[in-house]
Amino acid sequence: MENIEKHEYDVVVIGAGGAGLRAAIEARLAGKRTAIISKSLFGKAHTVMAEGGAAAAMGNVNSNDNWMVHFRDTMRGGKFLNNFRMAELHAKEAPDRIWELETYGALFDRTKDGKISQRNFGGHEYPRLAHVGDRTGLELIRTLQQKIVSLQQEDKKAHGDYEARIKVFAETTITELLLDGDRIAGAFGYYRESGNFVLFQAPAVVLATGGVGKSYKVTSNSWEYTGDGHALALRAGATLINMEFLQFHPTGMVWPPSVKGILVTESVRGDGGILKNSDGKRFMFDYVPDVFRKQYAETPEEADRWYTDPDNNRRPPELLPRDEVARAINSEVKAGRGTKAGGVYLDIASRRPAAEILKRLPSMYHQFKELADVDITKQPMEVGPTCHYVMGGVEVDPDTAAALSVTGTVQGLFAAGEVSGGMHGSNRLGGNSLSDLLVFGKRAGEYAAAYTDSLEKRPAIANADLDAAVETALAPLNRAGGENPYTLHHELQQVMGDLVGIIRRKGELEESLARLGELKERVAKVGATGGRRYNPGWHLALDLRNMLLVSECTAMAALEREESRGGHTREDFPKMDATWRKVNLVSSVAKTGEVDLTHKPIPVWRQDLLDLFERSELAKYLTEDELA
Amino acid sequence: MTVRNFKVWRGDGSGGQLNDYQVEVNEGEVVLDIIHRLQATQEPDLACRWNCKAGKCGSCSMEINGMPRLSCMTRMSTFEEDETVTVTPLRTFPVIRDLVTDVSFNYEKARETPAFAPPAGVAPGEYRMKQVDVERSQEFRKCIECYLCQNTCHVVRDHEENKKAFAGPRFFIRAAELDMHPLDAKTDRKEYAQSAMGLGFCNITKCCTEVCPEHIKITDNAIIPMKERVVDRRYDPLVWLGRKIMRRDELEQEAVAVTTLHAGEPTPQPDGAAPINWHREIPAPQAAVAEGDKLPLNEVLSDRTGASSPFGDEIEFPVDPATLNYYHPDRD
Repeated sequence: MENIEKHEYDVVVIGAGGAGLRAAIEARLAGKRTAIISKSLFGKAHTVMAEGGAAAAMGNVNSNDNWMVHFRDTMRGGKFLNNFRMAELHAKEAPDRIWELETYGALFDRTKDGKISQRNFGGHEYPRLAHVGDRTGLELIRTLQQKIVSLQQEDKKAHGDYEARIKVFAETTITELLLDGDRIAGAFGYYRESGNFVLFQAPAVVLATGGVGKSYKVTSNSWEYTGDGHALALRAGATLINMEFLQFHPTGMVWPPSVKGILVTESVRGDGGILKNSDGKRFMFDYVPDVFRKQYAETPEEADRWYTDPDNNRRPPELLPRDEVARAINSEVKAGRGTKAGGVYLDIASRRPAAEILKRLPSMYHQFKELADVDITKQPMEVGPTCHYVMGGVEVDPDTAAALSVTGTVQGLFAAGEVSGGMHGSNRLGGNSLSDLLVFGKRAGEYAAAYTDSLEKRPAIANADLDAAVETALAPLNRAGGENPYTLHHELQQVMGDLVGIIRRKGELEESLARLGELKERVAKVGATGGRRYNPGWHLALDLRNMLLVSECTAMAALEREESRGGHTREDFPKMDATWRKVNLVSSVAKTGEVDLTHKPIPVWRQDLLDLFERSELAKYLTEDELA
Repeated sequence: MTVRNFKVWRGDGSGGQLNDYQVEVNEGEVVLDIIHRLQATQEPDLACRWNCKAGKCGSCSMEINGMPRLSCMTRMSTFEEDETVTVTPLRTFPVIRDLVTDVSFNYEKARETPAFAPPAGVAPGEYRMKQVDVERSQEFRKCIECYLCQNTCHVVRDHEENKKAFAGPRFFIRAAELDMHPLDAKTDRKEYAQSAMGLGFCNITKCCTEVCPEHIKITDNAIIPMKERVVDRRYDPLVWLGRKIMRRDELEQEAVAVTTLHAGEPTPQPDGAAPINWHREIPAPQAAVAEGDKLPLNEVLSDRTGASSPFGDEIEFPVDPATLNYYHPDRD
């Protein structure tokens, strides 16, 4: 019989990034006993990677900015597929959430009159991103972390114990949510350090586990991003929406491994960088689509003149929109003209003098020099599409962040941050994710706390469920001679990267589903050697199950949606289709473990929000019936 | 691609040993890539912490050839091809397994450091601060909590007994950050650092600054200013000595003061005091020069035994009398 450490809490927050910490703060402020489960050490979450800033229409730099402008920008970015209510709440509440951080001790960069400075960013009409140099995410996580410490200090004063009402369980992974009927009753997992099991008995769980990037070969995401929250929600009966929408960047480094996934800014191409295949050919001229033919140069000579004389020459084809560039790189690699690492060359070294590169791209130069000893003034970079962010996620009620199910809601389950879906529609604007974390993190914490008040008795955990969870968790360790989890992970990444990547085709998506089916059988036989203490092989073996489930949802939804929109590009359906805008693709898991995909109409817009747009703009996105 | 030799410490709290490995190394890789390859090909249960792999989260701290480093920021090209790279866990913290140590010491100290105190009567959204004022604290808020400074600090490295009373450089910069925060309502940050965080243990050897991957000037910009400003009320032998040599606070205030005074050129004195110029610029002691890209071992950071000369390491004896601050008492 396994010895399981048991804890009782009111609210358990899974995930210690921006959304999770903000939710925990709110639950604790509502007087609830709160646990924070962190897969890594406290304060290491992926939120630290966010550089740009947090979008909030404070109007500090341009007073014309307000929530309505921000709302419009967000909807445009998401190609009008966003949940309108979430986008509205986000635009309205983001400024308060940012100002609140200052009362926790955050120090943003300032304007001349001492207010929070705001910077311009792609897709935002006015300067809107509150920032701290290029480390805004770190500031956010540190501020929230320190606020939690300050709450603990208050509790120590009042109750004599720092952890009287809020406790951080660092390096702890949840493998299963436990239910009492359709209500959340608790969460089961293990301590990485000891490998011992731990059970949280709690009526409310907030999922804030982030994204799914680790299913991809090239990604900017860390090892934690294995879609845990997505999979936990599915297995607890909740639904996911829009899983086909993933944000890729066309030029991420693919080699050397020390910088794999790191983004190479588009300005490298804007400043003269060109793309070459392994034959040394500048291939972008072969990929100019007819609709763009007039605006783009036809010869390298003309393209090269554009940098100095843009008025009399047409743009180089390297500056085509992101998806076109990605499609071209993808085609070259698939035709066997890619580099060994599966990318193409981005060459600025042979095109511009070293001094000019240094002057124009100082941070790029330093980043690659320091991390990989790659000198971009001397050698070309190896680039390819990088998986960056998942727009899809747990389907939630916009106001309460409660997780929905096929029939209603999963009582007691909430989701916020990257793990939740809907807010960003088919594509996320830069800067909207940090504010998303704060706005919906707070809401999730608030409503999770309120939900526990409404309960007459605490839901109970069935012993059989607990035994099953223990068995599943121990299975890889007990399976002598099982498959190597690292090999399986590598193959999964290969399938997703090659077949469900940035540019998708029907045949490849069908193949991916077949390959994922095979992998599913092999993952069921995965083995881990070594003991239970801090054993990364075992941890990966358990994470694989989640990655595979979520990958299946993505592949199925990508096959189903026969249009191209935002983060979903189908080569066989290159146009945006207004009838598809009316549909959310909803994934759920049947008791047998099969993924089920259904169409669900998007919520009907409120008229006052529709009125914020010109009719001519709406006509680009909506069907004629909707406009009438 | 080459195959290179590694020694990696494997074991747990009860003991362990350095194991020899031969691992493929490709161009442009960092030590963390090698650890990952070891996991994927030879040792699937080799324990190691990491997250962002871009030098931003501070998870993959370890000791590489004896130096506390982030393994994601330590390029293989900084070693000779035939050099054996030795990877060991942080020494100051108890080992959990292999390269993973129990860093909870730091989280305990974080919890003991009083939090930001918001100013009374200032509503959210009404905070006004100047960029130049927030920048001083922002330097310390760059900290990624890799704890390399805590690990290298000789007050607690190999001195378990000091841990109770000593918060360490990471939390001295936290105290300094709050002390310099334009709107923090608590006014006793320095005194608290001295009385409860063990600031006095620090004898400014600057090892923490040396290993900081964010290049935060921990000693110069946080610890020394706090030590100097707190000394009005408390006795700290090191600062006492420092003040005997040069009054840093006066230096800051009287930037126009005469910087050198030669013997034979007495200046008029307002209150009959000797015209000796304590503000004379003395070169700061320098750390030993690094060879190539490698930092020197921090324990032997200085190029001499014993403390740096209070007169500055650049000065050679005997000193040229013309440059001396000497005042003959019999002379008017």
